[in-house]
Amino acid sequence: FIAVASGILNELYILQSIILTLETFLPQVCIHRVRSCSSIRFIKSKYVCVFDKSALKFSHQQRLFRTSIFLSDIFNIKHFKLSDIGEGITEVTVKEWYIKEGDSVSQFDSICEVQSDKASVTITSRYDGIIRKLHYNLDEIAYVGKPLVDIEIDASKGVASEEDVVETPPMSHEEHTHQEIKGHKTLATPAVRRLAMENNIKLSEVVGTGKDNRILKEDILNYLAKQTGAILPPSPKGEIIPPLPKSETVPAAPKDKARKIPLPVSRPLVFSGKDKTEPITGFHKAMVKTMSAALKIPHFGYCDEIDLTQLVQLREDLKPLAQIRGVKLSFMPFFIKAASLGLLQYPILNASLDESCQNVTYKASHNIGVAMDTEQGLIVPNVKNVQVCSVFEIASELNRLQALGSAGQLGTNDLTGGTFTLSNIGTIGGTYTKPVILPPEVAIGALGKIQILPRFNGKGEVFKAQIMNVSWSADHRIIDGATMARFSNLWKSYLENPASMLIDLK
Amino acid sequence: MVFQSSLKNCLQLSCILRTPKAGFRSSSGGLIIQSVSNDVYQNLAVEDWIHDHMNLENRQVLFLWRNSPAVVIGRHQNPWQECNLRLLRQKNIKLARRRSGGGTVYHDLGNINLTFFTTRKKYERMENLKLVVKALKALRPQLDVHVTDRYDILLDRQYKISGTAAKLGRTTAYHHCTLLCNADKFVLSSVLKSPYKGLKSNATPSVPASVKNLFEEDPSLTCEMLLDAIAEEYAIQHQIDHQITLINPADETVLPGINNKTKELQNWDWVYGKTPKFSVSTCFNIAYKDSVIDVKIDMDVKHGRIEGCNIDLPDQWLPLALCSELVKSLTGSKFCPNETTTLATTLLRVCPQDDDMHSRWNLLCENMIMLM
Repeated sequence: FIAVASGILNELYILQSIILTLETFLPQVCIHRVRSCSSIRFIKSKYVCVFDKSALKFSHQQRLFRTSIFLSDIFNIKHFKLSDIGEGITEVTVKEWYIKEGDSVSQFDSICEVQSDKASVTITSRYDGIIRKLHYNLDEIAYVGKPLVDIEIDASKGVASEEDVVETPPMSHEEHTHQEIKGHKTLATPAVRRLAMENNIKLSEVVGTGKDNRILKEDILNYLAKQTGAILPPSPKGEIIPPLPKSETVPAAPKDKARKIPLPVSRPLVFSGKDKTEPITGFHKAMVKTMSAALKIPHFGYCDEIDLTQLVQLREDLKPLAQIRGVKLSFMPFFIKAASLGLLQYPILNASLDESCQNVTYKASHNIGVAMDTEQGLIVPNVKNVQVCSVFEIASELNRLQALGSAGQLGTNDLTGGTFTLSNIGTIGGTYTKPVILPPEVAIGALGKIQILPRFNGKGEVFKAQIMNVSWSADHRIIDGATMARFSNLWKSYLENPASMLIDLK
Repeated sequence: MVFQSSLKNCLQLSCILRTPKAGFRSSSGGLIIQSVSNDVYQNLAVEDWIHDHMNLENRQVLFLWRNSPAVVIGRHQNPWQECNLRLLRQKNIKLARRRSGGGTVYHDLGNINLTFFTTRKKYERMENLKLVVKALKALRPQLDVHVTDRYDILLDRQYKISGTAAKLGRTTAYHHCTLLCNADKFVLSSVLKSPYKGLKSNATPSVPASVKNLFEEDPSLTCEMLLDAIAEEYAIQHQIDHQITLINPADETVLPGINNKTKELQNWDWVYGKTPKFSVSTCFNIAYKDSVIDVKIDMDVKHGRIEGCNIDLPDQWLPLALCSELVKSLTGSKFCPNETTTLATTLLRVCPQDDDMHSRWNLLCENMIMLM
């Protein structure tokens, strides 16, 4: 029976949920088959085809043989019991599983979180192995002293001991697999040890920041980060330097005193980072929807530069006045008001084209959107009815929207109904850009940063000018280049000569 | 009298924290530390750090801390069930989830927090609470304070002045508790009342209790006096010098890796995402123009994200296609007003422009956001 069982085992690929049912199932099936035939191969094929679901269900009921101890020795399954919590507690509620059946765990990895009477307890694994069974579901009561999970110890590595692993320094590149440090205990999980080995790092040189000075993956990565860009010292006798890749020519600058530029990375880093895929939700999903719709709009761009020297001065003068009234005055209120004055002359830029492209609706209100970059992503609240607002009122409203925006508390009313948008990307940086129109609007303007540049004045003299670039995009189905250009010129003239806004203010 | 060591002691502290046998003058019985920060996330991170990195074999630690206004929920609790999140956002009160179990508490500078760190084997909550009671009685013998078997401390046999929670790891454990000295009871009761209806959840519920400040019993008491008295009692019981070492929870040289721990605790996925699975099932009325309609909402929320969503509206009140688009967008998104608003308003961009419809849409979304 022993010969049959181990023969089968060596050739079978062990499936997850079959392990425990084997305790009950194997004895019945195998013994029956042994009597009926003599060939081991024949037994194996018969055995395999019997492994269908109905058979498994059937076998679960019947426990004809008490073979659990015997089989768990062959399969190295440990019943990991819930240990004593203290204070005489006998039962706890399972609140969270950190692993699921089939996961591999290392010693000290967290298995689950249980709760008892205001105390939350993290249960960690005693073994390296693979989780084979969770004995409880979430919110079930678990009992101290009873099995919590079943872990299959990796048979090829032997039973994991509970003591620390002992390691010695690498003697040569080929012997990296036997990392051993004399008399020095170094704690690290198998994954971390592999990462160190791949990068030719001695674990003894890495500072561990985990529990009990364990070496974590971050410690290896920090150690690597320190290594890159460093000049390789000439190797003293006895010390081993990891071999350089073949493309490398001359190592070691220190001998050459004239050469002060450090060498670039001397060896390719073997980075064991993994790709991460996650679903698109929330803000990103909103962007996908908006931008996909925007794709249907044929965009054309128009750019220009504005001399804001006079406006910069004006704002400096007006800032204290606004401050007294409790409002922070930036350049945006001026840009927004000037845009509204421009839209009065070119109302087609404040319009909307219907789905079938049959009708254009000229919007009466100038609800000018202001693109905001928040922690979560891009949002565009709008200032309503700019056509009847003063620059101060616009500034005040912008303050309110900015405060709500950064707190994540903007309401639906603030985020809907926009008719035209300005994006001040210049606060972050950039000059010219290609902004994307936000449907159902037909135009958008993006403002670059204000730079101090030399320009010629009317007398042919060079002076210091405060220059900002603007990039417009418009829907070419209903807006032509000439309209956009004229609007831009008008907007530009208001801003280059702010006093001219006074004449057209309503 | 308290002898508070200055921050220069923190340089020694990094040795003390790593190697228990390094040169701290007093015996290896105990260590008293106090945080200089009032940031709840930073202070919780210090607890984590000590739990993960300190060797408490020969030495126990008492950590004293206070926070600026914050609501702290237990490890396995549901914030929507426990507090008024809308009010928290309005008043800029932080929300934190601690790693220990237990119920929800409100912290402000009138509340002190005590954490007793020991090895797992020496974990003993009753002893710690008795120490606190002893300290209070030494300070003001006339105070009627005692420990209940639910690990609460009661004043005058009826008012709760302290709540307890604990965390047990592989080798270390900690027990922390609050102590109300002079907290704002009005804010406390309003933020700890949840307005959210129709929630069904297996999360640990809090047990509401009447609370009272020690200050109300004896106006001469301050937080500093209480901290002092407790530190003194701890020093006596552990036979150590009555010396409190100040600790800066932002200092990476003393507590390497602490800033990462702070960031983890501030992360949405920890604070909200760790909420056990729950469902919301509720209805509300919307009054629009001359009519009032009934709306029924059902949502399943897992890891703080909407797993499934159903919106029941009268026919034709809103375009069916738009509603199903909304449901589709919400699925997988955070159960959070900000994301829902963003998604709902984005959908309006890509549908026919009808002012009437827009107003109804905004009304529906505003009401849905009230559930979050």
